[in-house]
Amino acid sequence: MSQCVEQIRHVCALGAFESVLAIKRAVPIVHSGPGCVSKLMTTLGTQNGHQGSGYVGGHAIPCTNASENEVVFGGTDQLRKVIANTFNVMDGDLFVVLTGCTSDIIGDDIGEVARKFKKSGKPIVYVETGGFKGSNLIGHELVLDAIIEQYLEPQPQIEPGLVNLWSVVPYQNTFWTGDIEQLSKLLAAIGLKPNTIFGPDSSIEAVRDIPKAQFNLVVSPWAGLRAAEHLQERFCTPFLHYPVLPIGPTETSTFLRTVGDFAGIDRSIVEKVIQREENRYYYYLERAADSLLETRLLPRRFSTVGDSLYTLGISRFLTNDLGLIPEKQFITEDTPPKHQANVAAEFTKYTNEIVAETVFSNDGGYVEEELRKLKLRSRPLILGSSWERAVARDLNAYQLSISAPIANQLVLSKSYVGYDGALHLTEDIYSVVLNDFM
Amino acid sequence: MPINLNRSQAIIREKRLKSIVGYQGTIKDLADKSRSGCLKNAGRGFSQATNCNSGCAQGYLSSIVDAAIVNHGPVGCAGDVAGSNSVYQWGQHIRGQEHKRNVRIVNTNMSENAVVFGGEKILQDAVRTAYERFHPKAIFVTTSCASGIIGDDVERALKDTEAELGIPVVPVFCDGFRSQIWASGFDAAFHALLTRIVQTPQEKRPELVNVINFYASGRDAVAEIFGHLGLVPQFGIPFSSISQLEHWSEAAATISICGTLGGYMGNGLEQKFGVPYVTALQPHGIAGFDDWLRKLGETVGKQQEVEAYLAAQKELVAGELAEIKRKLQGKRVVVGMGPSFAHNYIRLLEDFGMDVVWGFSWHYDAKHDHGGCPSCTLDLAEKEKDIPVSVSDQQNHEIINLLRKVQPDLYVGRHPGQSVWATKLGIPTIMISDEYSAFGYQGTLDFGERIIDALTNNSLAKNLSQRIKLPYTDWWFEQEPFTFLESESDEYVTVR
Repeated sequence: MSQCVEQIRHVCALGAFESVLAIKRAVPIVHSGPGCVSKLMTTLGTQNGHQGSGYVGGHAIPCTNASENEVVFGGTDQLRKVIANTFNVMDGDLFVVLTGCTSDIIGDDIGEVARKFKKSGKPIVYVETGGFKGSNLIGHELVLDAIIEQYLEPQPQIEPGLVNLWSVVPYQNTFWTGDIEQLSKLLAAIGLKPNTIFGPDSSIEAVRDIPKAQFNLVVSPWAGLRAAEHLQERFCTPFLHYPVLPIGPTETSTFLRTVGDFAGIDRSIVEKVIQREENRYYYYLERAADSLLETRLLPRRFSTVGDSLYTLGISRFLTNDLGLIPEKQFITEDTPPKHQANVAAEFTKYTNEIVAETVFSNDGGYVEEELRKLKLRSRPLILGSSWERAVARDLNAYQLSISAPIANQLVLSKSYVGYDGALHLTEDIYSVVLNDFM
Repeated sequence: MPINLNRSQAIIREKRLKSIVGYQGTIKDLADKSRSGCLKNAGRGFSQATNCNSGCAQGYLSSIVDAAIVNHGPVGCAGDVAGSNSVYQWGQHIRGQEHKRNVRIVNTNMSENAVVFGGEKILQDAVRTAYERFHPKAIFVTTSCASGIIGDDVERALKDTEAELGIPVVPVFCDGFRSQIWASGFDAAFHALLTRIVQTPQEKRPELVNVINFYASGRDAVAEIFGHLGLVPQFGIPFSSISQLEHWSEAAATISICGTLGGYMGNGLEQKFGVPYVTALQPHGIAGFDDWLRKLGETVGKQQEVEAYLAAQKELVAGELAEIKRKLQGKRVVVGMGPSFAHNYIRLLEDFGMDVVWGFSWHYDAKHDHGGCPSCTLDLAEKEKDIPVSVSDQQNHEIINLLRKVQPDLYVGRHPGQSVWATKLGIPTIMISDEYSAFGYQGTLDFGERIIDALTNNSLAKNLSQRIKLPYTDWWFEQEPFTFLESESDEYVTVR
């Protein structure tokens, strides 16, 4: 099979400058060609829930805009100049130098440049993220590695209850801000103190506090695991890996019990929270049940197309809680081969011994071909990116956008995570069905 | 340096048109220096992310309805494709197309392995995949920084696949680092069309006029106006088919909605096939539209029809136009757009009676491919008022610093990603995303009303500006906006 990709759903390693932007007052300094930021931001930002520049994104990002001159004679002089002036011009707390293909292929020694600034007391880290090194999810891990290795210092005391959350990849996962808020709320509800590294409540202090945490919590099939392992190595912080994004009562309650047990929280506190939240969830669901069950418009079968984080989380909810049946599930984030077996195994753990077939491919053209081959007996539900809108029309399927790029929806604080998120997801799915003919 | 259609690569604008991305001065000085040939680019000691020519090249070509694009680079080089797809959806939408489809762009997904061992094989595989998936009439292959630096022999690789597939498989050289002028990407796209797609004319069609534009929202308006002159517009390149493009050589003339966009194709068609290219002001605002249509009339021998049409229009809009001018009189405005749009919109805003206090252009071409300076720049330079202007590839620190000091009543921008920053400063902002905004007489009135609306309720921008902090230090706001512009810098350095 050819390695080429169509209808792209993630970008290259350099796209991780968005992870830097997700930390409040952190400033990326990009050493790359002139168009990289603009292009990467299109898939991760403007065409993905219409996430824009924010504080220092887009055209505000310091960048060397490497030209033929830098490619031929080396780009470190220009980089040094841009970094030095960035410290004068840009108002930030942490500066992260990221490279693109031009620098990595010609071999600019950016470490040497950055270390000199660090020696003079500047809060700067550097990371090589040339586009050919892999996806922006890999880039995200490289950025976290760089921060852990070059910026974090051991802290004198561990703060009981403080937990670092490693889950959604900022900007790539369109609902990341809302998801972090919801996950944080869930953790706070059982008495933990989430350390907010990304999103509206993030801060450089939270980043510095990472080594203070009682434990690291990875809520993702694989992305973020490396950071947790790295932190365990460097600061001996234990970690819990919960592979499923908790959506809906079944998964969210299991999630809370697992985390509670790991953190040593009294089971009765956790159970009280679960009972309250489940009661609330079923209050709403009971009212919706007339329509969901009586009209018989709810699709019976569904496919998801997206990052494993979402395909797994959503398929668990639709199967375990809403009574739908999973068709093929397409995992499109270019999952590293070493994680694929573990990720696929998670798709075999549904209620009623239901098992879903998984397809790993970041080639949207291939995904489209496979979707067209599905044998469909009724109108299916396709939860994917806005790329799937075309094939969904052809297949007479219902389509809801849940994965990058989402160009057809404005996404602000919305999240499908937890009990409340599952209600929103139910609302959105059923609204797609109703809007189709009303 | 003229257009050279014997080469496989278009010559970049820095060399061909003496284009620059760094300058600060006035419109008269800019025109003088352009004419005397002493205009130099100024580098910067601090810079922020801009755009590259690959985006323009593949974005533009991807809207040809029966072609496919293969982008040869790491997956991030196709990061703009989601954007191309959105505008393609829009283009299908405004054409009322029922079965909307996605753009057809395949990326070779270049990995470390290809960077080390060469990417020609994955390129050929991707071309075959694109052919199997889309059965296109032509495949355009856009290059990247990575494919350029590692030295893939793209031309040879494509010759082999072209022979195998039996359709044109055309390289479009647009490595991101090769030009600082993203509009060089349009030239790269047009170069591919001129050298490999457009055919020798079978017949001449005296009624047909090629109209180079983007998404052609103004199709009906143009068709109606051209109808008065007995002419038929043929819009492109977006939503053209390969077979339509093959016949572009048969038209009576070529005209463009944008001087920065259309020059290479227009002059190339004139040079190679004798189709005259109409060099005029852009049809934005009354004076611009008059000039655009008159020059077209002169080119195709329809002067009388043009004058009759213009006279009727003038009478129709006189009352409303006077009212708009009364409301806009003396309002201070800053413009930030590509060079042709910037210098044309400055004229039209001044014609509204507004006071253009600064003009940014995202680059500047000291001359156009017909040989002379851009007509919109010369037109402004001949006026009494000398307008302060600068050239920057969307350098945000310069723009924000200047806007904060100048505090205009209005900012009018084009190109995504910049207008938001004026809004963050609390300045009423208009973004011209549609190239037919302010087109002709009716469009000029509509645009005037749009400005009035923007000035009437600025609550969003005002509230936003009071609640957010800009990412700049106090030190920076105390400096002059063009502190980092290094004047009299070295000439453009090149290898090859």
